[in-house]
Amino acid sequence: MSTTALFFTLIFVAVAMILSLWQRLGLERELLIGTIRAAVQLTAVGYILHLVFGLKDWPYLILMILVMTLVASHNAAKRGSGLDKIFIKVFTAIFAAEVMAMTILLGLNIIEATPRFIIPLSGMIIGNSMVACGLLLNRLQNEIQSHRDQIKVALSLGATSRQAAETALRNAVKASTIPLIDSLKTVGLVQLPGMMTGLIIGGASPVEAVRYQLLILFSLTAVAILSSIILAFSAYPNMFSKSHQLKTTFLNQT
Amino acid sequence: MQIKGKWTPPLFQLKQVTKYYRISLSSTITVLKEVSIHVDKGSLITIIGPSGAGKSTLLSLLNRLEDADGGEIYFQEKEIKLWDVLELRRQVGLVFQIPVMLPGTVKDNLLYGPGLRGQTPATSAADIIKMVGLEEKILERNSSNLSGGQKQRVALARTIANGSRILLLDEITSSLDHESAMSIENLIINLNKEHGYTCLWVTHDRLQAQRVSPYSWSLHDGKIELIANNKEE
Repeated sequence: MSTTALFFTLIFVAVAMILSLWQRLGLERELLIGTIRAAVQLTAVGYILHLVFGLKDWPYLILMILVMTLVASHNAAKRGSGLDKIFIKVFTAIFAAEVMAMTILLGLNIIEATPRFIIPLSGMIIGNSMVACGLLLNRLQNEIQSHRDQIKVALSLGATSRQAAETALRNAVKASTIPLIDSLKTVGLVQLPGMMTGLIIGGASPVEAVRYQLLILFSLTAVAILSSIILAFSAYPNMFSKSHQLKTTFLNQT
Repeated sequence: MQIKGKWTPPLFQLKQVTKYYRISLSSTITVLKEVSIHVDKGSLITIIGPSGAGKSTLLSLLNRLEDADGGEIYFQEKEIKLWDVLELRRQVGLVFQIPVMLPGTVKDNLLYGPGLRGQTPATSAADIIKMVGLEEKILERNSSNLSGGQKQRVALARTIANGSRILLLDEITSSLDHESAMSIENLIINLNKEHGYTCLWVTHDRLQAQRVSPYSWSLHDGKIELIANNKEE
């Protein structure tokens, strides 16, 4: 794509701005900031990837994955700001999902062990785990809040925190993975996924593009469920005391 | 209930118990101030007082849904925090003001507590449901489709099915009509007199307190005092 063509893509932003002004949506400032950030961040990442792809050393690769995981964890952990040590729990969940996915992908030679494959796939895996973790934290707190009377009844009958929170945990994990599972059901019928579209535009054959897209979809679904479950089971004890008492301090902060 | 000439240790003993809630970073509200009382096995005690006086909090402390901030609580002569909390809650059942049903049938509710420990109730679900004045056929009904009075009886049956011999009753008739309330009242008296259950009954209804017990504990501004129920206010 030429620089002029790239410049013309700003027409889409201009259209959005005009619509916002016309309908008095007040989105102009946010749109402007978002556009600038997207352009700066992606350009920077483009140059960094260019640099990283040229490197053969694993430590740099691992460092980059760690940075991506840290940023994703910081973002997702905001959803559970009332919970103790939530950042480290989110980090563990996302990093475990990344390790699991890369072990399968590299261990079974599904992808080449080069930065060109590892970095973009890790980005998608970590990004999806981040979304799943954010949704999980939000939903888990809402579930505990809305079922608090049932939870108190269960506790009063001698249930452990885990037993009392079981329904809330199950509902929260389900809710956090529904977007990905829905996209599994409708992919190809409703939307052509971004990666597949990108590969086709880049000149790959559609059949080859579909193979990579299936790889991505299946791995993303698995990592979302894994990170959600790890986070759910590590985060819920924060909502109870060691004596199986429901803490009320975190409630109403969602 | 004390046997004449023989001293029986109290079931519960509270010494200088204080409980407060933090309402902001810099301020707290004290709901119980150095409360000292004891509860004898087999007794039926009513606790009265205005809203927010700390009545429900007092019950929560006895089965450790909450912990006191000061003082000591003993259950069967052992400091309450030294008990296995799950076993304590099995023995000391709490019935809430709003009868919240667990998902499933009435039978599922009755089997829930023992099921947590991989057990079934010592008394059959059918016998327990009859004990609280309901018909056996209600066991298969969805618990969410019951009337308020029925739910409160099921909540009571659920606590009994769990093997609790001590019942902490938190305004259990306050949301019921007069007829249902009287029926539950008689049921509690029966459980106490005929079956030996120890009952601590929080109520805001002074007349109800007079009907069921000669004395009440009156909570006011976090302080507690024993009062005779036949005394004019």
